[in-house]
Amino acid sequence: MSKRDKTEMKRCYFDHVATNPLHPDVFDSMVPYLKEDFGNPLSIYELGVRARDAIEKSREQVASLINAKPREIIFTSSGAEANNFALRGIALAKQNEGKHVVVSRAEHHSIQNSARFLERNGFAVTFLPIDKYGIVDPERVRKSIIKETTIISIIHGSSEVGTIEPIKEIARIAKERGVIFHTDSVATTGNIPLNVKELGVDLLSLAAHQFYGPKGAGALYVREGLRIVPLIYGGIQEGGKRAGTENVPAIVGMGKAAELAKAELLCRMEHAKKLRDRVIEGLKGIENIYLTGHPVGRLPGHASFCVEYIEGEAMLLFLATKGIYAASGSACTSKALKASPVLLSMGIPAALAQGSIVLSLGIDNTEEDIEYFLEEFPQIVRRLREISPYARGWGDRKLEECIAKR
Amino acid sequence: MKFVENIKSDLTTDIVYLMCPMHLLQLEELTKGLENGQILEIVTDYDGALEDIPAWCARTGNEFIGLKDLGDYYKFYVKKR
Repeated sequence: MSKRDKTEMKRCYFDHVATNPLHPDVFDSMVPYLKEDFGNPLSIYELGVRARDAIEKSREQVASLINAKPREIIFTSSGAEANNFALRGIALAKQNEGKHVVVSRAEHHSIQNSARFLERNGFAVTFLPIDKYGIVDPERVRKSIIKETTIISIIHGSSEVGTIEPIKEIARIAKERGVIFHTDSVATTGNIPLNVKELGVDLLSLAAHQFYGPKGAGALYVREGLRIVPLIYGGIQEGGKRAGTENVPAIVGMGKAAELAKAELLCRMEHAKKLRDRVIEGLKGIENIYLTGHPVGRLPGHASFCVEYIEGEAMLLFLATKGIYAASGSACTSKALKASPVLLSMGIPAALAQGSIVLSLGIDNTEEDIEYFLEEFPQIVRRLREISPYARGWGDRKLEECIAKR
Repeated sequence: MKFVENIKSDLTTDIVYLMCPMHLLQLEELTKGLENGQILEIVTDYDGALEDIPAWCARTGNEFIGLKDLGDYYKFYVKKR
């Protein structure tokens, strides 16, 4: 077999933070609800009852994954919706007590932009800095709390740099001060053990397609007894807290994916961690490549780097020609061709942040895939550096001069 | 409208920030589980409930005991009959 044939056939999907492939068992669980069991869960006849029962079963499965009660789970269309719902819903519900919210610079856009929306509508927002590993300092959280603070939202695990935040400690501080605490656990749920009671969070967002479930299904955990203003008004779905006819097949798939994630979690973690560590080890031979995020406290399948003198998008395109699919920072950062705000907030110089590459590994990846990547990637870096105007360094400019204003 | 104080309820539901028809659904659902003479408390900020809850009681034969106005929300009391 020629090399060309080999590369045409090979496909390595290393972008599990973007989305996961659907687990075959999840697909099978969804099929009846795309075909014969198409009823509206609010209908009183049998078709409706079957759809309603399926949703309630899924609610139990999702609740079980994070050790919540089924009635504490509100299904949404995505993790982004759950994040919008949490931040805006609590800020509005509590506005008579205060109009100050706290988020970090490591947050996903669905939290950062929801915070900006609140800022435009009369709320004060504190954007907490992060350290060089992307970690939010719990003491800074404590200092940011004022009498008017009603909600703090800190991401559980970063999809960009893989760092896992000290959520338990931050949740404890929030509780001590009587402030509601939300965490965006879209990147962590189904990938590391997660227990809402043990973490001590009041709200938590998750998305099915991050643990081999379908797109179009997410959920918000809302601790029992907490009042929240709905994001979407309409019918009585989700106890009147989230209107709109339910995406029954996706919700059913989310439940099945949650059940599988719970059962297989430790095996999945071990598998992903082994591959991740091989990637990190295997790339040490390349000069001027830096691991981003925390070296140890990171997502099991997450390896992220900044490669000096070259550009992330170019690496992605070259890798794609070899059948290797990876990412460069967040999806929106890639589209806008700008340096990731998270990387800049970590103090990474803007020029270096352009060379960001994120490899996120999952159950469908093999050791052979990793060896193939480790064989191809150094050649791509070498080729790109040959044509890079900065291949011999940054010229008269010091790297530090490229640091963007925060 | 009848305002009441110090009513001891057997069951409470908090539906503050939730809109119509959640108050009516909760009435239907939760009164089913009560014995005759037991009291349901509905905590809501929905103004339509001022009209709907007494009307629902009149229609179904349950007793509307009254309400408490707490400024930001109301507490309605319904006795199952």
